[in-house]
Amino acid sequence: MKNVVGLDVFAIKVLPKSENFTSGHRACQGCGPAVALRLISKALGRNTIIVNATGCMEIIASPYPHSTWRIPWIHVAFENTAAVASGVESAIKILKKKNKRFTDKGKITVVAIAGDGGTSDIGLQALSGALERGHNFIYICYDNEAYMNTGIQRSSATPFGASTTTSPAGKKVKGQLTWKKNMPAIAAAHDIPYVATATISFPLDLFEKVKKAARAEGPAYLHILAPCPTGWRCDPSVCVETSRLAVETGIFPLYEVTNGEWTLSHEPAEFKDVREYFKLQGRFRHLTAEQINFIQNRVKDDFKRLKKLCNMLGVK
Amino acid sequence: MKKATHERVAIEVSIAISEAARLLDVDVVSAYPITPQTHIVEHLADMVNNGELDAEYIPVESEHSAMSACIGASAAGARTFTATSSQGLALMHETLFIASGMRFPIVMVVANRSLSAPLSIWGDHSDIMANRDIGWVQFFAENGQEALDLTIIAYRVAEDKRVVLPAIVNIDGFTVSHVTEPVFMPDQASVLEFAPHKMFQMLLDPDRPVMMGPVGIPEIYTEAKMALDIALLESRAVIDETFGEFAKVFGRKYSAVEKYKSDDADIVIVTMGGISETAMTAVDRMRKRRKKVGLVRLRLWRPFPFDDLRDALKKAKVLIVFDRALSFGGCGPVASEIRANLYNSKLKRKPPVFSFVGALSGRDFTADQFAELVEKVEGYIKKGILPEYEIVGVRE
Repeated sequence: MKNVVGLDVFAIKVLPKSENFTSGHRACQGCGPAVALRLISKALGRNTIIVNATGCMEIIASPYPHSTWRIPWIHVAFENTAAVASGVESAIKILKKKNKRFTDKGKITVVAIAGDGGTSDIGLQALSGALERGHNFIYICYDNEAYMNTGIQRSSATPFGASTTTSPAGKKVKGQLTWKKNMPAIAAAHDIPYVATATISFPLDLFEKVKKAARAEGPAYLHILAPCPTGWRCDPSVCVETSRLAVETGIFPLYEVTNGEWTLSHEPAEFKDVREYFKLQGRFRHLTAEQINFIQNRVKDDFKRLKKLCNMLGVK
Repeated sequence: MKKATHERVAIEVSIAISEAARLLDVDVVSAYPITPQTHIVEHLADMVNNGELDAEYIPVESEHSAMSACIGASAAGARTFTATSSQGLALMHETLFIASGMRFPIVMVVANRSLSAPLSIWGDHSDIMANRDIGWVQFFAENGQEALDLTIIAYRVAEDKRVVLPAIVNIDGFTVSHVTEPVFMPDQASVLEFAPHKMFQMLLDPDRPVMMGPVGIPEIYTEAKMALDIALLESRAVIDETFGEFAKVFGRKYSAVEKYKSDDADIVIVTMGGISETAMTAVDRMRKRRKKVGLVRLRLWRPFPFDDLRDALKKAKVLIVFDRALSFGGCGPVASEIRANLYNSKLKRKPPVFSFVGALSGRDFTADQFAELVEKVEGYIKKGILPEYEIVGVRE
């Protein structure tokens, strides 16, 4: 594995002023993924090529003849984003070598972007293939925890208990029955140079992680929690707050795996009760006390396990 | 252009195709193994790893990803190549429409094989017929020389400024792909002069950002698809022109529709792919018995050569169309195309079209069986029978 070099200190004030994911797109009010992409594209800069899976972020940015991106962008299909990115990356490599194109471009960052369904369900095979082959690219999963584009259907990233249109809170079955798939750990199991989780309420952390991913020599995987007020049934004004509560309750821990070394990026001094996170969102409204207890315990256990991993496999 | 030099070699057809890709100096090969295509991509991997071909070989994890990576590579400006068969082509299905819709000049060789179930690795045209409507230029090669030549021709046509479309060269699985044949292998300089790498497709470029593959709302969708259709129809003229240029440089003349002793024939057999050579033998034998039988072979399947085919069939009194695929509950796909084509023609007397489906999954269909088909049709005509279609060579 190659090194992920350098750490930059960033402040909001020094973030680039230029916009690469511009306003005027068609996302809903308070869209978390749109906030994430704006930040990510600032961190990436313009010497970048975006490969976008089918999904919310694809359709809101590209209804012909409108375009939101100031970076070259390609959308092919839903499940093959990592494969398309493999092709782009390989082409850049060989065309540079054969002096056919991109000779004066320096390192062009190839970035694949997909939602949680496009990543942990239908796109998992193509992603695993691309990570295993070691293409030099960044894969970004913006996780809004369901198929929001088609109308809030459950994915394997939908959290336990959440009500979606295909895991509805019914009289007998109360929402999603399975625990959220641990996608970052699956990515890390490919022994790639860089894996990290991030979210929009920690923008500098997110910015820095994108920069690190871009510096990695080999595949990098970023898993970004990006609340969807429409699908989570919360007020658009609390999108960022919801994202912060996901971290402060321990539900979505921020960490990175650099060359196999696990590090927590942020550990809350005191964990907030998961109820504080749930009460802002209609998708958890139906939860019973028993379900909430189950979730609270599992969240604590999972965090403990993650910490153990960081102690065991972290920087010595 | 001056005439190409060549070396006559005995070579397995699959290897000849990979050699064509080497002569064409492809940049990216992205492929997944599937019988009977494997020898093509194995040899390409060999050449890349031996430094004989300066290309990126992406050993993808599925055919869906193979085509997806070709699309990404083509979008970045690479000359791309892949090959597949059967289930692999079926798995690619979704992305094939996208490759043509986004106008990427990818070239693919399909070693035609039957589709499961039941699982069978042997040859017929079921795989490509299920992908008839993908918007690609589609050739059918009958032997090793044609497979090599058509691969070279496919690149020149696909990358032509007036076309910019992906192209498929079909070869019969095993009966063409795995046969060792004498082949004229041209010199690389001539191949590259005839088919230099051209990039008229939209390109990903950080200096000139574009959005490729946007949402096509109903106000734009029909226009986009019509533009594709126009490009495919207009590629007909480019294909004919390229066949002509190819003949000048390499000395072998191809045409979209090939005729064999059909001009004075009463009964004309229509075939596509490697089985055409068996049909030629059958025609020769019947001619010896003074039967006025001829053969018309389709080399170009898409864009469909309407005019050339009508012209080739205009004197025929009876047509026998032999399909190696079946549209279940419909008819042989080539037969149904020809029926429609003739119905729309200005011919005063339209010949009856007898549709036969056979040689599925590599089952032999011999020259004698072609002769029996002709006798069968003569019997049908006497009795005034015209079946919608009939599956032949079946165990009773």
